Amino acid sequence: MSDLLQIIDREGNKVGTVPRVKKEVFLNMYRAMVRTRAFDDRCMKLQRTGKVGFSVPNRGIEAVSVGAAAALDISKDWVAPHYRDFGIMLYHGVSPERMMDTMFGNEADSAVGRQMPVHFSFRKPLNFLSISSPLGTQVPQAVGIAMAMKTRGEDGAVLTTFGDGSTSASGFHSGMNWAGVFNSPTVFLCQNNQWAISCPSEQQTKSSSYAIKGEAYGVPGVRVDGNDVLAMYRAVSQAVKRARAGDGPTLIEAVTFRMGGHSTSDDPTKYVDPELVTYWEQRDPIVRFSAFLHAEGILNEAADATLREEAKDEMLTAARAAEAKPVPVLTSVFEDVFEETPAHLKKQSAFCVDHYSSRGEGVNEKGEFPL
Amino acid sequence: MSELTLVQAVNDGLRVAMKEDESVLVLGQDVGPKGGVFLATDGLHAEFGEDRCFDTPLSEDGIVGVGIGMAMNGMKPVCEIQFQDFIFPAFDQIVSEAAKMRYRSGGQYTVPMVIRTPYGGGIRGGLYHSQSGEAYFAHTPGLKVVIPSNPYDAKGLLIAAIQDPDPVLFMEPKALYRAFRQEVPDGLYTVPLSTTATVVEGEDCVVYCWGAMVPVCKTAAERVSESRGKSIRVVDLRTLMPLDEEAVIQATRECGRVVVVQEAPRFCGYASEISAILAENAVDSLEAPIQRVTGFDTPFPNTLENYYIPDARRVVDAIEQVLDY
Repeated sequence: MSDLLQIIDREGNKVGTVPRVKKEVFLNMYRAMVRTRAFDDRCMKLQRTGKVGFSVPNRGIEAVSVGAAAALDISKDWVAPHYRDFGIMLYHGVSPERMMDTMFGNEADSAVGRQMPVHFSFRKPLNFLSISSPLGTQVPQAVGIAMAMKTRGEDGAVLTTFGDGSTSASGFHSGMNWAGVFNSPTVFLCQNNQWAISCPSEQQTKSSSYAIKGEAYGVPGVRVDGNDVLAMYRAVSQAVKRARAGDGPTLIEAVTFRMGGHSTSDDPTKYVDPELVTYWEQRDPIVRFSAFLHAEGILNEAADATLREEAKDEMLTAARAAEAKPVPVLTSVFEDVFEETPAHLKKQSAFCVDHYSSRGEGVNEKGEFPL
Repeated sequence: MSELTLVQAVNDGLRVAMKEDESVLVLGQDVGPKGGVFLATDGLHAEFGEDRCFDTPLSEDGIVGVGIGMAMNGMKPVCEIQFQDFIFPAFDQIVSEAAKMRYRSGGQYTVPMVIRTPYGGGIRGGLYHSQSGEAYFAHTPGLKVVIPSNPYDAKGLLIAAIQDPDPVLFMEPKALYRAFRQEVPDGLYTVPLSTTATVVEGEDCVVYCWGAMVPVCKTAAERVSESRGKSIRVVDLRTLMPLDEEAVIQATRECGRVVVVQEAPRFCGYASEISAILAENAVDSLEAPIQRVTGFDTPFPNTLENYYIPDARRVVDAIEQVLDY
């Protein structure tokens, strides 16, 4: 992996210049990575026990999301994400309970139960754009958000994330091309986790890398060890700095590995060589960063163990709280289609409520229609 | 007041909206110094500068996708898709993204954006410069679809669309771009969305139409009035989504006989939806089966386009058929 930007190797040894940040920042990154895995583990359990319908495994990619997140100033930067990015939200203080609200699609869900689990959208504490299922559509949108910043003379940047598979979708090409032409303050982060559901990289592109694709658009490309959180932090920080300075967009390829399936509906044992899994298990981003923090005297065994236990408990508590909340009211299905609900939707809403309430469907033990 | 063509009224509407609100900007292919292939954006680049009116790469999903991003971040983009026939690369951004953003984010992110696009035949444009795709878009929850038929409405509806908090597809009948002039007020005014207009009064039959079919239907109504001594009402729907359904049901109750005219292919067209609404809500007022006059279920032809596009004679025949039932 000599062509990769790397700061700590797989044993946690320094092989590059460590970013000069406060000890607290390292700890925040580490905590966010551990919490990302704990959130992911909890979601898998919730899906396996039938409590939520779906999840998207984040195991193995924690350093990509968290390293990138730590490089942002959320008072002015936006994120246009794809669906495998739990770490960005957790690093920036979105509460696990609010995330679990979306997993359950309950009445407190910011998307009001309208989207599948994992399709988060938040306006606070950061602009974390509503996640779409169609792939790559967020990429030109990110360029538009950035162009609006530039037009108003602001110095914000937009981080957009997508997988290796999305580099084949039209949105990637349109977005990269526009960013090049308009020099927009956009950071393109390709999470190369090596799989587009079951299709490996060699079926996705004949390019020698994903980073090299930037060249065709006049956008510099960087390859980074995506399991090295410090390398991710460095690469995204530099790209954000370039964006703020008016020097334009950057494409970052984070080389990592999806340790789970594409989603809970996928069985990766059908197509992933187990030896490959073992290879990447030995490069676990959390193990590696933990070793670094221990060696640097920033974290000790006891504190590490406590932090991991706390993360597990935090996610279980969040899941229980979200599970206890009721589903959204039925009329919410008809809201937010337009700012003002037009007559035909009012009619359909009234029909729907009347139909289900009058037939006793959805009525609780007290004879009420809580929907 | 100025005497303007429809395309000049669009141009004036854009200029007024851009003066009124500095977050309004125009983007698209050749909309800059050239002023657009139909000159709808003529002079805007010179007047408002590169940041407010700019040319884009040849990339429709980029135009709409970037527009969505700008709209979510405080701007009011007016995107031009050069011909409606070229909108399909942007279909995903329109249908999956712009139209669903408010809904899927619980109102946290919204897309106050207008997509302007010339549609329809009559210019010998063949398969790919002539289509009328309104039904694809009116079928999409979360997207408004507006089609003006005259210069006054074009300006007033366009400004209303730009001021609207939701994404609007604004389809301009290119056959009418320079077909006639009309008095258009200077400065700012709006024609409210989701309102129909009765363009010819009448009570024996009502003809529903929009865009380029409106003058065709007016001619047909006049001819039948003269030949039969019947009064034929012509209603311009103007906004297809959200439609003023009550107005359509009411006019049907008043007239009892209905013809719906569209340039688009027949099957699953917007005229079919109007027919279904009336069958469900006003069948007791109908004195004859509803007749549709439409384009054919073929791709749009070139040399023989005049036989494809509904003309006044076809509309006259349909009106006579419902009158004689």
